[in-house]
Amino acid sequence: MSANIVYAILVTSLATFLSRFLGAVSSEGIKETSKLFKWFNCLAYATLAALIARTIIFPVGVLIDASYLSRLAVVILSLIVFFISKKNYVYPTIFSAVSMAILSNYF
Amino acid sequence: MINKEFFLKGYKSILKHDSPAIALGCCFIAIGALLKNLGFNIQESVFSTMLTYALPGSLVMAESLLVGASLLNIFLAVWFVNARLYPMAVSLFPLMMHESQPKWKYYFSCHFIAVSAWLIMKSNYKSIPKEQRIDYWIGIGTATWSIAVIGTFIGFFSSEYLNKDLMMGLAILNPIYFLCMMVGASKTIQVSLSVILGLVLGPIFYFLTPEWSILLGGLVGGSIAYLIGELNVS
Repeated sequence: MSANIVYAILVTSLATFLSRFLGAVSSEGIKETSKLFKWFNCLAYATLAALIARTIIFPVGVLIDASYLSRLAVVILSLIVFFISKKNYVYPTIFSAVSMAILSNYF
Repeated sequence: MINKEFFLKGYKSILKHDSPAIALGCCFIAIGALLKNLGFNIQESVFSTMLTYALPGSLVMAESLLVGASLLNIFLAVWFVNARLYPMAVSLFPLMMHESQPKWKYYFSCHFIAVSAWLIMKSNYKSIPKEQRIDYWIGIGTATWSIAVIGTFIGFFSSEYLNKDLMMGLAILNPIYFLCMMVGASKTIQVSLSVILGLVLGPIFYFLTPEWSILLGGLVGGSIAYLIGELNVS
């Protein structure tokens, strides 16, 4: 293994574990019925939503080459599939991959 | 030690009809292929997924390596994008804390905190007795973590067959799956508002400060949603 890559992996895992571990440690004094817990619950959902929006609108990696229009179309169509399929998670997910692969050819 | 019955019950949750297994596996197939293209060998690729087990963090690491960023820059970039794991942990572990369970289980299993496992636990914890929830969680985490490792392995060896269009398809799959899960989880005013405000504010803050956009979007959006929810209750 090259040293640079191994160091990068270790640094990445350390930066990731830090948030997880601090979260686990600071959970000890928090009751699930407390206001603090409810607030953190809102923060968690909002942060995840912000991450999802950023991944779609300002992507890194290969998605950056797909047009905004094709990404937006895939999101809207997948949500329609999600509701039509009575909130099944698998159908819209597979649909999104197939439609993105097809749309990226044309837009 | 770990209660086998609840561990297996958690492990089997990925076999359900709405399981994240397919989406998660496909995302890590994309990561495996990406890492190979970056010059990682198979050991490094699998090692990376095993130790990090967080998709956005792995993507950021890959991007940072591409532009030759320093280790400190990689640490900060990954920490920023993965800091969401802190509120996720704080909003999950109090549901599993039980005085009869040893603390090492909590410290060990915090490694499994990732969107898919977190959302599965959030939607199922009420059906599990509080004392056994940590074992159930370790089961879910082990299952999703295994899929991530297997996906990376498959992606590494199938990278030659994955053209750009297929990679795009695999890349969009993850946010779409999470988006659907979040919409499905939006059953209270607070959660629904948190999701909507996070989706809107995250990109807006990106124009002001790209590095802090996820955290600021989450902090501001989540706090507003919490306050509105509390006012609505009272």
